[in-house]
Amino acid sequence: MLLIPCPWCGERHESEFTYGGDATATIPSGDQREDTEAWYQFVYERTNPAGDHAEYWHHSYGCSKWFKITRNTLNNNILDVPESSQS
Amino acid sequence: MQQYSILNLAKHALSGHMRWSRTFGGRKLRKRYDVIIVGGGGHGLATAYYLAKNYGITNVAVLEKGWLGGGNTGRNTTMVRSDYLLPANADFKEFSLQLWEELSQKLNYNVMLSQRGYVSLACSDAEMEAKTQQANALRLRGIDCNILNIDELKKVCPELDVRQNTRYPIQGALYQARGGIARHDAVAWGYARGAHNKGIDIFENCGVEDFIINNNRVSGVKTAKGDIMADTVVVSVAGSSGLMAAKAGFTLPIETLSAQAFVSESLKPIINQVVSFDTGYAFINQSDKGELVMGGHMEPHNGYHQRGGFDRIENTLSTLVTLFPFLSRVRIMRTWGGMVDNSMDGAPILGDTPVERLLFNSGWGYTGFKATPASGWTMAHHIATGEPHDLSEPFKLSRFRDGSLVDEHGTGPYPTAY
Ligand SMILES: Cc1cc2nc3c(=O)[nH]c(=O)nc-3n(C[C@H](O)[C@H](O)[C@H](O)COP(=O)(O)OP(=O)(O)OC[C@H]3O[C@@H](n4cnc5c(N)ncnc54)[C@H](O)[C@@H]3O)c2cc1C
Ligand SMILES: [Zn+2]
Repeated sequence: MLLIPCPWCGERHESEFTYGGDATATIPSGDQREDTEAWYQFVYERTNPAGDHAEYWHHSYGCSKWFKITRNTLNNNILDVPESSQS
Repeated sequence: MQQYSILNLAKHALSGHMRWSRTFGGRKLRKRYDVIIVGGGGHGLATAYYLAKNYGITNVAVLEKGWLGGGNTGRNTTMVRSDYLLPANADFKEFSLQLWEELSQKLNYNVMLSQRGYVSLACSDAEMEAKTQQANALRLRGIDCNILNIDELKKVCPELDVRQNTRYPIQGALYQARGGIARHDAVAWGYARGAHNKGIDIFENCGVEDFIINNNRVSGVKTAKGDIMADTVVVSVAGSSGLMAAKAGFTLPIETLSAQAFVSESLKPIINQVVSFDTGYAFINQSDKGELVMGGHMEPHNGYHQRGGFDRIENTLSTLVTLFPFLSRVRIMRTWGGMVDNSMDGAPILGDTPVERLLFNSGWGYTGFKATPASGWTMAHHIATGEPHDLSEPFKLSRFRDGSLVDEHGTGPYPTAY
């Protein structure tokens, strides 16, 4: 069970959140919008590290904001919480 | 090879079972092999066995980082069945089930396959319809599968609470009588013994740290015990697939999540089937030791930690109590987790990779134990002939590029599309 630090609400129980997945996958934009390889990478490929993982969480049963944290996938330690990464 | 038989059992009883010969190991690691198999789980060991048995290829080493079957093979809930909707999945799992049915005889090793029936519950009209469609699709392919109404279900599974005033009133079930469970460790050990006896070398505590790749063609692996050369390298490391792909310089459409399971104290026989509940997702069966073996949703986030959270346990147990009210007084004995390699369409990723002669057997996620025999069989075919087997061809990595996904549940592209 994780305690997820919401930048707005503070640490809350994991069950209040929805996991949003790898935060390094970025939607192809600009020149890359027509590039199928870029879309392939965005939709399917994941570096899937054993260690630090930048990821999105959604405080679904709280303030309903999306934010980004870095969590270690080996021991679940949460390393950094950039304040209001998205709004 | 020393045969296991009632006669030999009686003979060895006289010497207190102290004189059985060892089943594998004791060989020296060589500098080169025709084939190296990375990962000594059921899949890697089955691949080794069928390479020797079906193709006579025995200059093979299986390199296992820990101990045989210590990965998901030894951590899973051992459900074996072939009731999949999509032809590619159903045909693969059905071939696997047929191999299971003769495996103990073929290996001369009791894998304790128990075809006690697989019951997949439906709790709404929509679910009943989906399961009926699935059963019809299977029967058209010649695979046994029935739909049970509540009365029939009650006969098959008398402990089930089928009253209609519960949280999830049960409407019926999809039933595969040939489904069941098998003994997880025995599968790894039986294949290991069979492969070893045919001359294949198996090494534990021998993790592969990197690949030796020249001109985009694999020529060996690096281990703590030195470099070992090979013409073909097969990677069969389940949850560690992404890490191995990164070493070889490519990225897979796979994420590794933690799935957990738990067992209760031992009870007298009470649940005589494998029962799966899709509405809330939980499943249960009873091991031959009497423990109830249970599982449910995997952890939602990526994880290599081989354990799970308490809220998942609570969620799974409260779901199972609604199905089997007697469970509320049963105590949990142990919980554990495995690292499952989930692909972006929920189906495995088998065969060729961007590196020549480097094959992957990956992406089995939460559903690969039942596939162990067929996975080894088809992978051996691919190694020996250089071409994918007809059954594994739909699961090639390139399907994600050309759009021919095998999305059993039509829910991708998420790593929870199982
Ligand atoms: C809790 C749980 C329940 C499950 N329930 C079911 C079920 O009921 N039915 C079903 O069909 N499937 C089930 N599964 C899935 C099933 O367990 C797996 O798909 C299957 O066992 C995978 O077998 P494998 O041989 O590929 O992997 P594993 O058994 O995990 O073997 C991979 C091996 O590779 C080794 N390895 C890793 N890295 C290296 C390296 N660098 N060098 C050398 N070796 C390495 C590991 O130590 C491991 O022994 C479940 C899984 C879990 C976790
Ligand atoms: Zn919040």
